[in-house]
Amino acid sequence: MHLHRDILAALLFIAIGAFALYGARGYPVGTAMQMGPGYFPVALGWLLILLGALVGVRAARARDWQPLAWDWRPLAWISVSILAFGFLMPRFGLVPALLAMFPLAAAAGRQSRWHEVVVLTLVMSGFAAAVFVYGLKLPYRLVAF
Amino acid sequence: MGVIESLALGFQVALSAQNLAYCFAGVALGTLIGVLPGIGPLSTIGLLFPITFYLPSIPALIMLAGIYYGAQYGGAITSILLNLPGETSSAVTCLDGYPMARGGRAGAALAISALASFLAGCLGTLLIALAGPPLGEWALAFGSAEYFSLMLMGLVGSAVLTQGDAVKGLAMVVVGLLIGLIGTDVNSGLPRYAFDVPELVDGVGFTVIAVGLFAVAEIATNLERREPQTAYTGALTSIMPNAAELARSFWPAMRGTGVGAFFGLLPGTGPALSSFAAYMLEKKIAREPARFGKGAIEGVAAPEAANNAAAQASFIPTLTLGIPGTAVMTLMLGAMVMQGVTPGPQVVTGNPELFWGIVASMWIGNLMLLVLNLPLVGVWVRLLRIPYRWLFPCVVMFCCIGNYAVNNNPVDVYLCAALGVFGYVLAKLECVLGPLMEEHLRRAMLLSRGDPTVFFTRPISLVFMVATVLVLLFTVKGLDLRVHRRG
Repeated sequence: MHLHRDILAALLFIAIGAFALYGARGYPVGTAMQMGPGYFPVALGWLLILLGALVGVRAARARDWQPLAWDWRPLAWISVSILAFGFLMPRFGLVPALLAMFPLAAAAGRQSRWHEVVVLTLVMSGFAAAVFVYGLKLPYRLVAF
Repeated sequence: MGVIESLALGFQVALSAQNLAYCFAGVALGTLIGVLPGIGPLSTIGLLFPITFYLPSIPALIMLAGIYYGAQYGGAITSILLNLPGETSSAVTCLDGYPMARGGRAGAALAISALASFLAGCLGTLLIALAGPPLGEWALAFGSAEYFSLMLMGLVGSAVLTQGDAVKGLAMVVVGLLIGLIGTDVNSGLPRYAFDVPELVDGVGFTVIAVGLFAVAEIATNLERREPQTAYTGALTSIMPNAAELARSFWPAMRGTGVGAFFGLLPGTGPALSSFAAYMLEKKIAREPARFGKGAIEGVAAPEAANNAAAQASFIPTLTLGIPGTAVMTLMLGAMVMQGVTPGPQVVTGNPELFWGIVASMWIGNLMLLVLNLPLVGVWVRLLRIPYRWLFPCVVMFCCIGNYAVNNNPVDVYLCAALGVFGYVLAKLECVLGPLMEEHLRRAMLLSRGDPTVFFTRPISLVFMVATVLVLLFTVKGLDLRVHRRG
C-alpha cells in the first residue's frame, strides 16, 4: 500500500539532501573536533539522502502501486491570494490588499458563492481595519496610493 | 519559600483584573480555535506573537498559555459532534465521542470530556507547582551537551513512537534540521542557505513556518474534501451525564491524566501522542474491549484528560529547564525571550511572580474553561454551523496579516505561500504527521544551533544518548512501538 507515495517521498528526500549538499559546497567543513559551519549541513545532507534511499528501496521492493490524487486548484488560489496580499499591502495599504485577497482565496472553494464573497470581503476588511489598525494600533495605512 | 506561600503569591498575581482579563481572552480564544478545524494553537500563538510585544510579560504569557490548553477543551466539541478533529490531539476522541452523539448522548460526552479535562488540568497544575522547583534546581547542572542529548532523545523518540512510518519520521526530522540551518551560523557568523536574500540571513521566522507549512497546507487539504460536513446537533437536550457514566469515567480520566503528564514531561511528545496512548491503554485494560469505537464513555474521558494533562505538563520543561517540549512551547519560550525573561532554571527563583503567576492562572483558566464548556457549550455548537466556505478566507486573512506583522516585510508573506505549497506536498506524501511533526520541526530548529561535541563525556548526557540509541535499535529490530492512529 501507499507505495507510489513513498517513492515520491524518497525522491523528495534525496532531492532536498542533494540540494543541501549543493548549497553547502562553499562552507568550510572542518573536522569532528573543530567543526566548521559546513559540517552540520553536509552531515545532514548525506543522512537525508541515505534515509530517502531507504524509503525508496523499501517502497520499490513491495510493488503495490497506488496513484495519488493531487488537487492543485485550491492550493493555487490560496497561494495567489497570499502573494497578492503581500504585493499590495506595502504599496496600497491594508484595505486594497484585503479586497484583492478575499475573492482570490474564496475562488479556492468549490462551494463559494459570489454574493456571499462580496459580503464577506466587505465585512472582514472593515473588521480587520477596526481590530488591527484602530484596536491594536499596528502601524498600517488603510489606503495608500 | 514553601509551596503554599508561593501559590499565594501566584494567585495574588493571577487574580489582578488585568491578568484575569487576559487569561479569559486566552482560554476563550483557545476554545474557539479548538472548535474550528483547520486552525490550531500553533498558528494562533504564532500570529499573536508580534502583538504580545506590546503587553507586559506576565499577561502576555498567561494569555498565550490559555490559548494552548483552551484548545484542548475546544477540540473535543468538534470531535464529538462532527466526527472531525478540531485539533489533532482530539482526533482519537472521535472514535467513541461521535458514536455517543449518534446514540443521543452528545451532551453526556461533551460534559464528560470537559470534566475529564478539568480534572487533568487541576492535577497538571498541581504537578507543575510541586515538581517544577526541584526540577529547576536539578537542571542547574545542565550544560549544552545535556540539552542537546535530551532534545535528540525527544526527537528520535517521537519520530519512532508516532503513528506512521518511523523512517519517514526520521527523514522529516532531518528536513526540519535543515530548515533550521537557514540563516547566520552563530559560531562563525557565516550566512548559510541564504542565497543572498537579505531576509533569509536572519533565518526563517517561527510564524512563517507555523502558518505556511501547517495552516495554509491544511486549508488546501480541507478544501479537497468533497462532502460538506454537517454537525450532529440534533439531540443536545441534556448535558448532564448519569451516575453510571460518571462512575465509569473517573478512573479512565485519572489514568489518562497520568499518561498525559508523562508524555507532557518528556520533550518531543505532546498532547496528540498522549491522547492516542491513553486511548490504547483503556482499550487494552478494558473488560469488554469490543465496546470501544461504539460509544464507550471511557474512550472520551481518557484521551481528553490526557491531552489537557500533557498540555499543562509540557510547561514544566519549558519553564524550569528552558527546553520546549512541543512546538507551541518553543513559541512560548520565544515570547519569554522577547519579553526580556531568560528561560531556564533560574526563572523559578529569580522571577517568582512570573512562574507562580502562570501556574495559578492555569488553574483559574481551567475553571473558566469548565464554565465555558459546560453551561455555555451551546455557543460553541452554534459556531460549528458556520460553513467552511466563509471561514477559510478569514483564516487566510489572519495568516497574511500575522506574517506581515512580524517584520512588516512582504517577503515573510511570500515565504509563507511557498511553504504552504511545500507543506501540501509533504502532507500528500504522508510525511507530515500533524502537529507531532510541527514539534519535531521547531525543536529541531533549536537543536541545530546547539553545539554537538561533548555528549558522550558528561554522565547525564550519556544516559540520554544511550536511551536514544536503544530507541533506534528497537525500531530497527521491528519492535512495534508505534501507536496507530485509527485502531
